[in-house]
Amino acid sequence: MSATKPRTLFDKIWDAHVVERLPDGTCILYIDRHLLHEVTSPQAFEGLRLAGRKLRRPDMHIAVADHNIPTVGSRVPSDIKEEDSRIQVETLEKNVVEFGVPYIPILDKRQGIVHIIGPELGLSLPGTTIVCGDSHTSTHGALGALAFGIGTSEVEHVMATQTLLQAPQKNMRIDVSGTLGLGCTGKDVVLAIIGKIGTAGGNGHVIEYTGDTIRALDMAGRMTVSNMTIEAGARAGLIAPDQQTFDYLKGRDFAPKGDAWEQALAYWKTLPTDPGAHYDTEVFMTADEIAPMVTWGTTPGQVIPVTGVIPNPMDIEDEGKRAQHQRMLDYMGLQAGQRLTDVAVDVIFIGSCTNGRIEDIRAAAHVAKGRKVAPGVQALVVPGSGLVKLQAEQEGLDRILLEAGFEWRDPCCSMCLGMNPDKLTPGQRSASTSNRNFEGRQGIGGRTHLVSPAMAAAAAVTGRFADVRQFG
Amino acid sequence: MDKFDTLTGIAAPLPMQNIDTDKIIPARFLKTIKRTGLGVHLFDALRYNKDGSENPDFVLNQEPYRKAEVLIAYENFGCGSSREHAPWALLDFGIRCVIAPDFADIFFNNSFKNGILPVRLPRAVCEQLVEDSKLGGNARVTVDLQRQVVVRPSGEEIPFEIDPFRKHLLLNGLDDIGQTLQHDKAIDTFEDHKRQEQSWMPSTFA
Repeated sequence: MSATKPRTLFDKIWDAHVVERLPDGTCILYIDRHLLHEVTSPQAFEGLRLAGRKLRRPDMHIAVADHNIPTVGSRVPSDIKEEDSRIQVETLEKNVVEFGVPYIPILDKRQGIVHIIGPELGLSLPGTTIVCGDSHTSTHGALGALAFGIGTSEVEHVMATQTLLQAPQKNMRIDVSGTLGLGCTGKDVVLAIIGKIGTAGGNGHVIEYTGDTIRALDMAGRMTVSNMTIEAGARAGLIAPDQQTFDYLKGRDFAPKGDAWEQALAYWKTLPTDPGAHYDTEVFMTADEIAPMVTWGTTPGQVIPVTGVIPNPMDIEDEGKRAQHQRMLDYMGLQAGQRLTDVAVDVIFIGSCTNGRIEDIRAAAHVAKGRKVAPGVQALVVPGSGLVKLQAEQEGLDRILLEAGFEWRDPCCSMCLGMNPDKLTPGQRSASTSNRNFEGRQGIGGRTHLVSPAMAAAAAVTGRFADVRQFG
Repeated sequence: MDKFDTLTGIAAPLPMQNIDTDKIIPARFLKTIKRTGLGVHLFDALRYNKDGSENPDFVLNQEPYRKAEVLIAYENFGCGSSREHAPWALLDFGIRCVIAPDFADIFFNNSFKNGILPVRLPRAVCEQLVEDSKLGGNARVTVDLQRQVVVRPSGEEIPFEIDPFRKHLLLNGLDDIGQTLQHDKAIDTFEDHKRQEQSWMPSTFA
C-alpha cells in the first residue's frame, strides 16, 4: 500500500504486521502479544504436543488463570473445589512449565482478569497486535492496539508460528461528540452505541471510536467501550493513542523504559488516522443520545435509558421479531410498559473485564458511601486484579463498600459467566457491570441487566433499578 | 481435520436470530481440556428440561433431526464468545454445515478450522430451507462445496460464495499451521526487520 495514501489507525497497524499477502488477499499477520488463560488454551497446547511443535516466540506470550478462580476462600489451585475447574487451572500450570511460557501465578498480586492486567502491567501497547482466546480481547484496543479474540485453533497457530491467517477487515468509524450528561460513563456510551447499530452492526469491521466524547473518557472508560465492541459484532475496537494513553502507560511494569520509551513514543505518535482516510462505514452520535442505560432483553443491543419503560412487542411489525421479543420478556420476567425503576433486583455484580478497574470500584463506592444494600439483595464487588484490589484497599474503598453491606471478593471473572461458584440461581435478577446478558450467561435461568458500576451500586442500595443522577 | 467436499443429509430448522455461543454451549461446559464429548451439551438450555430430561419440543430431540448434519438458522449465528467449544459441540453432535444469512466473525473463522462449513445465504432462501427441512427425513439437503451449491429437496440449486483459500483448505482437510509453516522464511525475515525497527518492544519475560 502506498505510504502517501491517507490511512486509518487500523490500516497502519495492519500494514505494519503483514508478513505476506497470499494470492487471494488473506494475510499472514504478525502477532506481538499473545495472552493466554486456562479455558481456551489446553486443547491448543495438546495440539502442539501431538504435532511435536514448540512455541516459536515464548517471549511474546504471557499466561494467567482467571475464569475458574474462586473469589472467596483459598486461591491455591489444588484447593479449588470444583474438579473440572481445578483440572483446567492445573493443566495451565503444567503447560506453561512444559512450553516455557511466562506465567503470572494465582497467588501473585498481579494476577487478575487477562484484559485488566494487560493494560495494567503495560503489556498492551499502542500499534501492536494483541490476541487472546477470548472475545473481550477487544479491550486492549483502547490503547491504540489492534486486539481481537481468537478461537483455540488460532491460539495454537499463534503459538507455533507467531502469526495468524487473517482476511482484511473493513474500517468502521463511530464518532461520538458532545459532553456526557451527569452519571454517564463509558459503559453507557457503549451500550447506547450497541443499541444504535445492533449486535451485528460491526460484523466484518474493525471499529475506530473517535470524537470528543471518547477523548474525554479516562482510560478505564475507553477500555469499557473497546471491551464491548464485540457485542456490536466487531472483533476489534480501537481508540487512537494520545497524551492520556502515554501518561497511563509510562512506568508500568512491562512498558518500555528510558531510550526505548522515547523510541516507542515517537512511533506511537505516528499512529492516529490521517486526515482524509477512508472508512467503509461511519456512524455519528451525540452525547445527548446517551443517558444512564440498562439492558432489558437477552442481547446487549436491547437497551434503554433507566427512565424508560420496557418496549412493547406489539409495536414490532415483523412477526418473527415480535415473537422473539415476547420470548425475551418471558425469559426476563418483564412486561411491556413496565417502568425499569419498578423492577426489583436480587443480585448486584460489580466487576469483570468490562468494569473491574479501580475507577469502577471508586464509582461504586461513591454511590455506596453512607448507604446500605437493600434488604434481601446480595451485592458482590470483585476487583479485576490483585493490583486493583490493593489500590482500592489503600484508598479505603473496601471499608466503604463493606460498611454498606457489599461483599468484597478476590479477583477473577466471577459472575460474568458462571464458570466459578459465583452464579445466579434460576429466576434471579441481576444488575451487572459485565458484558453479556445472554440467556443463562450468569447461571441457568438467570436474568441479567447490564449497567455501569454506579448504576449497579444505585440498584444495590435501592433494591430496584434507580437513576444514578438522583444520588449525589 | 476432516475434509469437506459434498454432504447430503438431514437439515434441522432453528429459525432464530442471534443464536449466541452461550446458547450453543453454556460456559459451565467449557471446563474441559479436550475437544471432544461436547455434543451432549449442544444447545443445552433449549434441549433439556430443568430436571435433565429431554425437551420434546426442541428440534434436535425429534426424529429425524437427531441425526441432523446441517442446521438452518437466521441472522448473526454464533455471536458472543470466541469459544471454539461452539463448533466443537456442533461437530461432536454431527453438524458439518450451518446455513444462515450471516454469522458472527469469530464463530465463522472457528468453524472452518474444524471442518464445519458455514454457508451465507439470503434470509428469504433460509426461510425456504427452513420450510424444506420441516418435511423431515424425506427432505435431504445437499451441500456441494466444490461446485458451491446447496441443492434443495426439489433439486433446485442455490449457489453460494466462499473465500477460495478457505475452500481449498476445507476440500483438502488441510491444517492452517502446516500451510503457514511453508512461509517460515518470510516470518524469519519479518522478525529480523522488526527487531531492528522496533527494538523498544518489550519481552514478556520480566
